[in-house]
Amino acid sequence: MIEYILCFILFCIGLYCVLRKRNIIKIVIGLGIVEYAVNLFFVLIGFRMHGRAPILAKDQTISNMVDPLPQALVLTSIVIGLAVTALIVAIAIRLYEKYGTFDITKIRRLRG
Amino acid sequence: MKNKKEVGMTLIVKTITRLTVGLILLYGIYIVLHGHVSPGGGFAGGVIIALSFIHLMLAFGKEAALKKLSQAASSILESLGALMFLSIALLGFLGGYFFFNFFLHKGTPFALFSAGIIPLCNIAISLKVGAGLFAIFAVLILFKSR
Amino acid sequence: MILPFFVIIPLGAAFLISLFGKKIKNFGDLLANLGTLSLLVFSLYSISKVFTNKILVYKVGGWMPPLGISMVLDGLSSFMLVTVNLVSFLVTIYSISYMEKYTDKYRFYTLFMLMLTGMNGIIITGDLFNLFVFLEIASIASYALVAFGTEAEELEASFKYAVMGSVASSFVLLGIALLYSYTSTLNMADISQVLSGRPAGMMVNFVAVLFLAGFGLKAALVPFHAWLPDAHPAAPAPISAMLSGVLIKVLGVYAIMRIFFNLIGINTVILAMLMFLGAVSMLMGVILALAQWDFKRLLAYHSISQIGYVILGIGLGTPLGILGGLFHLFNHSIFKSLLFLNSGAVDYSLGTRDLQKMGGLREKMPVTANTSLIASMSIAGIPPFNGFFSKLIIIFACIQANRFGYAFCAIAASILTLASFMKVQKYAFFGKLNPKWQNIKEVPWPMKLSMIALGVICVISALLIMPLFKPFLQSAANVLLLGNGYKDMVFGALK
Repeated sequence: MIEYILCFILFCIGLYCVLRKRNIIKIVIGLGIVEYAVNLFFVLIGFRMHGRAPILAKDQTISNMVDPLPQALVLTSIVIGLAVTALIVAIAIRLYEKYGTFDITKIRRLRG
Repeated sequence: MKNKKEVGMTLIVKTITRLTVGLILLYGIYIVLHGHVSPGGGFAGGVIIALSFIHLMLAFGKEAALKKLSQAASSILESLGALMFLSIALLGFLGGYFFFNFFLHKGTPFALFSAGIIPLCNIAISLKVGAGLFAIFAVLILFKSR
Repeated sequence: MILPFFVIIPLGAAFLISLFGKKIKNFGDLLANLGTLSLLVFSLYSISKVFTNKILVYKVGGWMPPLGISMVLDGLSSFMLVTVNLVSFLVTIYSISYMEKYTDKYRFYTLFMLMLTGMNGIIITGDLFNLFVFLEIASIASYALVAFGTEAEELEASFKYAVMGSVASSFVLLGIALLYSYTSTLNMADISQVLSGRPAGMMVNFVAVLFLAGFGLKAALVPFHAWLPDAHPAAPAPISAMLSGVLIKVLGVYAIMRIFFNLIGINTVILAMLMFLGAVSMLMGVILALAQWDFKRLLAYHSISQIGYVILGIGLGTPLGILGGLFHLFNHSIFKSLLFLNSGAVDYSLGTRDLQKMGGLREKMPVTANTSLIASMSIAGIPPFNGFFSKLIIIFACIQANRFGYAFCAIAASILTLASFMKVQKYAFFGKLNPKWQNIKEVPWPMKLSMIALGVICVISALLIMPLFKPFLQSAANVLLLGNGYKDMVFGALK
């Protein structure tokens, strides 16, 4: 149980980082923490006590494997996270070119 | 000693890179081709292939790497990878379903030439991921230097 | 058999355009228009398929659904597909000439088709994780499209949208993870079957809250609406029309409907929450819109308000309320995209979006002025147009369910909407022509064509409530009324 709670704490740390930090690079890092907390949680779901890696080998019977499906799903969600992070970093670099600052409180041309 | 303008890192790094970069590329290709019989697959192999080019770029500067694989070429390869994946999926209609595993159906375990379309899909994915990751890295580098 | 093509066509078109679009001139225009036209034809064909078969289930790769991925076409999916593909076809016609002023037009079409892939995929899929993947495809393409102009404001709006959207996606993924740990399956029908066999515990309620936050942010319901008024005006006009017209509905409202009604199973607490959120966004959106002078920003605030109507109608949970909510969803996607295209046409000719600088555009741009008059009257609920009938049904449904407070809110929001659009008409199209705009011309024909087509649909879609066409709406509403019966339909179709 403790590992799930730690996972949620990690999620909340990432959320805090997104909401509270002013530097946009730190916000991107916070998003990464949120994503990885969810991924970690997904992998933990498939865990079983004394299980072994879900790889078929020649001299082993199929028994007591960990659930392989969450691992496949996590791989997909890592790819998605990669795409989002790359896009946001590219936008952040462009923002720095335009405004000359990474401070989110100074990037406020939109109002209303 | 420095008679021409130095690009990239020091001689030690360059020598080591020259020795290892081919091995990294080869290892990436190995991971892709054995994706259906052992851990690995298109995404992991594609990332390793992209890392070999990024390695080259870090050690020798961006011109040397972009000469090997230009940004336009990598974006074309990326589109080709996606289209190849889609056309493999479309060929599944030969067996009646989208994404149907239509040839060498139900291969034997542990044999390299088995598992039908899955190795082909892995190759397409690795093309897409490798070229895409390299293109992302190159674009971010070019931003900085402007 | 036709089901996978809703994903194949836009995906193939996207990568073909990115491959050849730079070399061959006009290739992007041609392929994008052909692609969306064929999607429209397929989605109209899907209506007749739904009438004969009730429900169609497609096994991807020939695997049986609880193991493999399935695609499901029922009344609701078919209804949403018609909405999305109708709007996207008219928007691609519009962008032939509108997007001339941007460089790299083929990149625009690539991202546009990827966004369409994501939206069609969300509607057609029968698998929860697959829904998440398509949701991310559509969201990432829309983040990039908002920043397409790469000006300072657009980048700022896109950054805000991307950060909030990613957090929302993380909530959705966490919800899916918890649901998977509880039911150990990802197929929607199978999840519904497992959940109905067990007593509802705290876990399901927590998952419901996560999904409400995640999809509510995508739908821009009021506590989560902060990104919308920045992101929608910043995008190019065709993309604003797509984002406001269909994206928030597919990513937000459709996902909420499908998951809460058919998967988790609806209860009174969730319904009350949806109704409250709907009523609050309805009023907040329209009050914030009254003070705006930027044409597109005003329209963006109205999107929040109109989404509130849809959510209120669906949250009532009665047959009439759901029917009205779905009808308003269709109507809103038509008239809001028309209004955004109008604002784009004004921007194209004048180069400004400030209402105070306009005036008297009626004599110079008659097509734009008349179509925007039709759309304004539709959104404000003036009798012969479609917006009137859907709002009337929602208000009747409120009264029928003894929710007089919500009925009053709906009427008040409608009156405020009328006031706000009278302001738009007065300052932009009526009045005296500003001498600065003596030399402006009406927009090119592709833009006129798509605006006139949307204006005509605004008028004739009021007929959808007539007995002849009503089965189209009713079959969509029936899927939601079925509730947990969805799983029996899906498993019945598999046998």
